[in-house]
Amino acid sequence: MSLVNERIERRETVQKKYCRFKKYGIKYVDYKDPDFLLKFLNEQGKILPRRITGNSMKFQRKVGTAVKRARHLALLPYVADGLK
Amino acid sequence: MFQNHYETVFILTPVLSEVQIQETVAKFKQVLIDNGAELVNEEHWGLRKLAYPIQHKSTGYYQLFHFTATPELISTLEIAYKRDERLLRFLTLKLDKHAIVYADRRMKKVKSKKEEATAE
Repeated sequence: MSLVNERIERRETVQKKYCRFKKYGIKYVDYKDPDFLLKFLNEQGKILPRRITGNSMKFQRKVGTAVKRARHLALLPYVADGLK
Repeated sequence: MFQNHYETVFILTPVLSEVQIQETVAKFKQVLIDNGAELVNEEHWGLRKLAYPIQHKSTGYYQLFHFTATPELISTLEIAYKRDERLLRFLTLKLDKHAIVYADRRMKKVKSKKEEATAE
């Protein structure tokens, strides 16, 4: 009995990631509203990497500084569990 | 004199009474105005829950000032912050051109919301 791998159907092509800042023309990442910044944090409150968020390098750095400022002002936690 | 746009946010301990809060906020506003700063916008976010306890306190009064000033003023402002023990934490930063546009739009939005609130 020969082992046959069943055919795995390929998921339809992954939707092209885009940088939301370039697309919607956002120029400034505000450190004062934590709800927007939550989109770039995972459950433990860590900053998501670019390959997940799809941000361009320029805006990933801006998001990084904004999140760090928000953490300094206790708007965002440094370490959290079940943040969302 | 060359004036930059600055924005400063600070957190006051929740232990203070209403009067003391007004007094400390007025004190820092006075520090700004005495040294020739021009206040563009100020916001009081009131009592907010902190994401993590600072000095064993879990809530704090947030206050924001957006002003234009000469660079020397910032060191005097920060010394005043460090000296005042009612302050849990502060953050002062210079605004670049995108940030200034954002701050103006935010100010208009808050003002229009206030007008709607009073209009009703």
